[in-house]
Amino acid sequence: MSARANILQRLRAAPQATPPLPPDVPAFHAACHAGLAAGTRAARIALFCEKMAFWHGEVVRVTRANWPQTLRELCVTKGVRSLLHGEPHTAALRAAGIGGLKPYDRPVDAWKKELFEDTDASLTSTRGGIAETGTLIIWPDVDEPRLMSLVPPIHFALLDADQLYDDLFGAMREQRWSSGMPTNALLVSGPSKTADIQVTLAYGAHGPKELVVLMLVNEEELK
Amino acid sequence: MNAPLQFVPASAFKQRAAAAVADAHLRSSFRNAMDFLIARRAAQFPDAPALERQRAFAEHIRKYSLARLPDLLEQLERKLTDNGVSVHWAETPEEANRIIIDIARRHSTRLMVKGKSMVSEEIELNHAMADAGMEALESDMGEYIVQLDGEKPSHIIMPAIHKTKQQIARLFAEKVPGAAYTDSVDELIGIGRAVLREKFMTAEIGLSGVNFAVAETGTLCLVENEGNGRMCTTVPDVHIAITGIEKVVEKLEHVPPLLALLTRSATGQAITTYFNMISGPRKPGEKDGPRELHLVLVDNGRTQAYGDEQLRSTLQCIRCGACMNHCPVYTRIVGHAYGSTYPGPIGAIVSPHMLGLAATHVLPTASSLCGACGEVCPVRIPIPDLLIRLRGEAQHAARPGEKPMLGQGAAQSRLIDIIWAGWAALYTRPALYRAFGWLATRFRALTPPMQSGWTASRTPLQPARRTLHEQMAARKRS
Repeated sequence: MSARANILQRLRAAPQATPPLPPDVPAFHAACHAGLAAGTRAARIALFCEKMAFWHGEVVRVTRANWPQTLRELCVTKGVRSLLHGEPHTAALRAAGIGGLKPYDRPVDAWKKELFEDTDASLTSTRGGIAETGTLIIWPDVDEPRLMSLVPPIHFALLDADQLYDDLFGAMREQRWSSGMPTNALLVSGPSKTADIQVTLAYGAHGPKELVVLMLVNEEELK
Repeated sequence: MNAPLQFVPASAFKQRAAAAVADAHLRSSFRNAMDFLIARRAAQFPDAPALERQRAFAEHIRKYSLARLPDLLEQLERKLTDNGVSVHWAETPEEANRIIIDIARRHSTRLMVKGKSMVSEEIELNHAMADAGMEALESDMGEYIVQLDGEKPSHIIMPAIHKTKQQIARLFAEKVPGAAYTDSVDELIGIGRAVLREKFMTAEIGLSGVNFAVAETGTLCLVENEGNGRMCTTVPDVHIAITGIEKVVEKLEHVPPLLALLTRSATGQAITTYFNMISGPRKPGEKDGPRELHLVLVDNGRTQAYGDEQLRSTLQCIRCGACMNHCPVYTRIVGHAYGSTYPGPIGAIVSPHMLGLAATHVLPTASSLCGACGEVCPVRIPIPDLLIRLRGEAQHAARPGEKPMLGQGAAQSRLIDIIWAGWAALYTRPALYRAFGWLATRFRALTPPMQSGWTASRTPLQPARRTLHEQMAARKRS
């Protein structure tokens, strides 16, 4: 018999008491939040900013009109010479006059060395954020592949404040993740880090050293 | 690289434990690290009743998943296959290594980069790869450090926690080409980062573990802070994930409650930097990600634990390491003394299924049964009960009608059986008991000064001048 058949046979042969009922996650979730006021947009924004700062992520509030310009200024301040981006943002970035634009327009195999050694920063979109933990939801795709949010030392992420959720379960449910996951989905909370040497925290372990969130808000929410 | 640390016999465990206990420096650095982790975890759970609700629910999810394990494994396999992932099954470490080495050979592999995977440690993959003429390089900073020094992890979450930064500084200066001595943690991490980025680019294969495997969507979830896990699962052309068969859950929505407890219990973080959900290899049109994705499902004794309703709870474990951080024995003897891949309380209850009681019967005795492990376990594994159960299984033949465990009765001793039989005889016969008490107290001067293991670190036991019964009777009279 195959290993598969042997393993399954042993599992099926094991004694089984009455199996527990399926866990009711929505009910558990509701019970955990019982007595708490429903999250408001302002509260979500404030909590997200606080938590992201705790992870050493930077949050910059921007509007739909000015974000490319703000990004240009950030690139200048941080000395970014090359900015990796996806096709959907090409026009906006060009119009802002950002130098060293580098579209991710071919398979990584053709330019791996350049990506690793000669790319200062990247800009990606996000599918939303999670206020409770200060987390970005990123679903890489054909336009914005997986390595964009990992390899360049600085990662700029565009987050729409309309897409902020209270917690992970809420995001999963609202966005109906279980009806179809992409090849890779990510939750990102701050720049990469490690505490493996004497429990001393160090940023920029293997991934980005800096994470900058450009949060799209309404004019009156800028501060 | 040194030969792997094989499992050590009981006598060697005691020697190692004694050596570790005598190492004041190791003791204090480990104590500090564990205190740090304990405080960090406690800060995440300010509301005790809320924590109990969370633990109860997490236990429910794990018990439900285990009750449906064979079905969920088949569903997971189906979903992953639909997603373009190859699923392999291995009953033994040898089988798992063979599967991985075959894949590696097919891709003319010279270098495999590894994200953190305790199952790969469990099957001694690095050693098997070296024997097959291929390099397997650890890329988690802690794992990289211990591998560079030819050691094994001393903690499942913080592998190099037994080393000081000065030791790591000397190690890097000696072993990393071109690295100058520095004991700045930032610079040391920078050295590791530079070396490993080069390796991510050139490796043919990336290997990772799995924290949760979701059956309904065919998704492999990975928890990490460093980004090396994402590198290993994204940059090389082939990604092999390896996991124990117990890690599967039915639904994606079962993940958040477990994840929330995993990272908080492990390192006191509300979430890790990355939560990486992988559901398939690179699709046509996608510009990066592995072209081939494999999942190796490993049994290695897990079905033995599954076969017994009490021992099955061992498989609820989500590998947070909180039981280790809170264990007074682990904190004093440090991970390496155990000799097994998984140290501490969880190691003591899981290793007997993997390696057999003959090799591991001493591990469940390395506990004061204080109960801390069971109290902090986020999925409420009754670890102390399981320790007692395994001590018993090591001492006795299997009960009638029950299948013997691997190494059943390995610690059985004729002398101990006789002593207990004598003890039982004394305590069930009042006349004999009184006679023994009278003799033991009257001839107390004859008590031997050396009493085997007892006097190794304690003063000898000597009966009192009079038995308790006599003393109580005297007190009543006066």
